[in-house]
Amino acid sequence: MREAISQALMEEMDRDPAVFILGEEVGVWGGTYAVTKGFYDKYGPERVKDTPIAENAIIGAAIGAAMVGQRPVAELMTINFAFAAMDYIVNQAPKLHYMFGGQFKVPMVIRAVGGGGRQLGATHSQTPDAIFAHFPGLKVVSPGTPEDAKGLLKQAIRSDDPVLFIEHATMYQVRGDVPDEEYTIPIGKSKIQRPGSDVTIVTYCKGLELSMKAADELAGQGIQAEIIDLRTLRPLDMEPVLESFKKTNRAVIVEEGWKSYGVGAEVASRIYEEAFDYVDAPILRVAQKEVPLPYNRTLEQSALPQVPDIVAAVKEVLK
Amino acid sequence: MKKEEQLELYYQMVLIRRSEEKAAELYQQGKIGGFLHLYIGQEAVSTGLIAARQPQDRVITAYRDHGVALNCGIPANEVMAELLGKATGTSKGKGGSMHMADPARNMWGGHAIVGGHLPIASGMALGDQYAGNDNVTICMFGDGATNIGFFHEALNLSKVWKLPVLWVCENNQYGMGTSVERASAVSEIRQKAEGYQIPNERVDGMDVMKVYEASQKAIEWVRAGNGPYLLEFITYRFMGHSMGDPERYRDKQEVERWKEGDPIGIFRKQLTAKKVAAKTLDEIEERAMTDALNAVEFAEASPEPELSELFADIYAEEVHK
Repeated sequence: MREAISQALMEEMDRDPAVFILGEEVGVWGGTYAVTKGFYDKYGPERVKDTPIAENAIIGAAIGAAMVGQRPVAELMTINFAFAAMDYIVNQAPKLHYMFGGQFKVPMVIRAVGGGGRQLGATHSQTPDAIFAHFPGLKVVSPGTPEDAKGLLKQAIRSDDPVLFIEHATMYQVRGDVPDEEYTIPIGKSKIQRPGSDVTIVTYCKGLELSMKAADELAGQGIQAEIIDLRTLRPLDMEPVLESFKKTNRAVIVEEGWKSYGVGAEVASRIYEEAFDYVDAPILRVAQKEVPLPYNRTLEQSALPQVPDIVAAVKEVLK
Repeated sequence: MKKEEQLELYYQMVLIRRSEEKAAELYQQGKIGGFLHLYIGQEAVSTGLIAARQPQDRVITAYRDHGVALNCGIPANEVMAELLGKATGTSKGKGGSMHMADPARNMWGGHAIVGGHLPIASGMALGDQYAGNDNVTICMFGDGATNIGFFHEALNLSKVWKLPVLWVCENNQYGMGTSVERASAVSEIRQKAEGYQIPNERVDGMDVMKVYEASQKAIEWVRAGNGPYLLEFITYRFMGHSMGDPERYRDKQEVERWKEGDPIGIFRKQLTAKKVAAKTLDEIEERAMTDALNAVEFAEASPEPELSELFADIYAEEVHK
C-alpha cells in the first residue's frame, strides 16, 4: 500500500510540474509514515516543502496555491490534526467554487492518515471520515487496496476539486497487485471487491480488509457474501450497493468509525429509501464502540470492529 | 501621481460612498438580505492601496469588500447586482455582500471568516513564488483578525518561506463592537509583525495620498524579493459594524470627531489646494452619483438566478451521482 501511494505521488509529480507536496516532516524526515521517503532528494525543497506544525497554514496555503493554478498535495500527519484546520477543510475549500459563482477552482489534495489500533490514545486514533463526507463541495476518498489507492490518488491529484484522501495507519503493509501500466480510477465509483449471492457487505478502507477475512470464514460455512467497497464517501455511489441488495435482500455495513451518525447510518437509510421492497431483514451496522479509544491494547481492540463481529452480524441478518 | 490619476481616485472614493449609501437604502427596503458591512469612512485605504498595485498583483480581503471590489475595477453594476442576489452579480448572486470577486481583475474575494483568508493569501503568494513570477499578493484584513490564530500562522509562514505578500491591516479601531484596547495585547497592530521580524509601518489611513505612497513603497519592496511586509492603516468606519448595529460601544461625539476628518473631504481640500477647480470636483461627484444610481437600476432590472443554479458549481468537474 505504501509503495502504491508513493508511486502515485511520484508519477504525478513527474507528469505535472504544478504538483508539489507540503506538510509536516514530508521532506528531510521522509514522511512520518515514510510515504515520501526519497522525495526530498529527488525533487528538492521547492517541491517537497517541510512546513511548521501549523495546520491552518498548511491547508490554507494549499488552498491559496491551488486557487492560483498549482496542484498542491498537502499532507496532514494524521487526520486527527484535521480538526485544527477544520475551517479550511470544510468551510473554505468546499465553498470557494460555488460561493463565487464558479470563478475559483481548488485543485488540492489533502492526504490524511486515520484509524485506530496503534495504541496512540484517544486523540490520535480516530476514524472521523463521516464528518468530512457531510460537506457538499468536498470529495472524500478512502481506498482499501493498493491498486485503488494508486489509481484514486492519481485521479485526485488531477481533479479540479478539493479532495480529502484518507489512508489507514495500519494498512501501509497491506500487499496487493498493482497494474504495471499507467492508470487512474474515477472518484465516486463503488466497486464489487468480492462477488456473492447471500448477503451484501458494504464497507471501505480498513473495513474492507476485515470484511474480506470475514467473507472467507463465512464461505467455509457455505455463506457467500458480496462485498461492495465504497472507495469514495462523497460523492457516494449507491448503484452497486442497491444492485447487490436487490439480489441478496440482506446487508451488513462495516466501518471503523463510530456507529452514530456514521457511514453505515447513511448507507442503510439510502437502502431503506430506495430499495425498501427488497428488505428481508433489518440492516445491521458493525462499527466502533461509542468510546474515546483507550491506550490499553486489549481495551482498544475490543472497541474496534473485528472479524468475528462481522461474521456474527451476517449470521444475524440471515436468520 | 498625475493630476488625472488623482481625480480618478477621487471618483472611486465618491463612487464607493454613493454606492454604499444607496445599498443602505436598499437594505432598509428589504431588497438586500443577510449582512451588509459598509466601508464608508475607510475609502482612502482601499483606494490608495489598490492604486499602487500593478495589474498582476492579487488582492484578497475580508467581508467589508464592496469598496475593494470597485477599486479593483469590478463595475458598480455587478457589485450592486450581487448585493441584490441577482444572476448578473459578480458571483452570480450566490455570494452576496461578503463575497465579491473577479479573478480576471485580480480581486480574489471578500472572505467572511475573520482571519480565514490570511493563510489562503500566503498560499496565493506561495503559488506565485513556485511559478517564479513577480506577482505580489495584497491581503487586507481588520484589526480584529490579528487576534486569531490564522493571522499568526499566516505571518509566520510568510516569513519562514519569504513569500511575496503585503499584509495590510485596516485598523478601524473596533472588531465589531470591541475596541482594539479591549481585544489586543498590543495597541499598535504593527507591533505584532515585529514578533515575526516582518518590516512594518503605521500610516494615516484617512489620507489617500499617504496610503498610496506607503503602499507603493511596500509593494515594490515585496516585489523585489524581500519577503513579506505589513502596513497598518489607521482608519475609522463612520457607520455601524453592519446594518442594525446599535453602536453602544462608542459615543456619538467620537464618531463626529472622526467625521471631521472625512477622507473624501481631506482629499477634496488637497486637490483644491492643487488648483483643481471646484466645478471639476463637483462634476466628478455628479458622475459618481449617476453611476451609483445606474447600478441600482441595473441591479433591480436584472433577473433572479435560475433555480437550476442551485445545483450548479458545487464541483468544478462533473461528478458521478
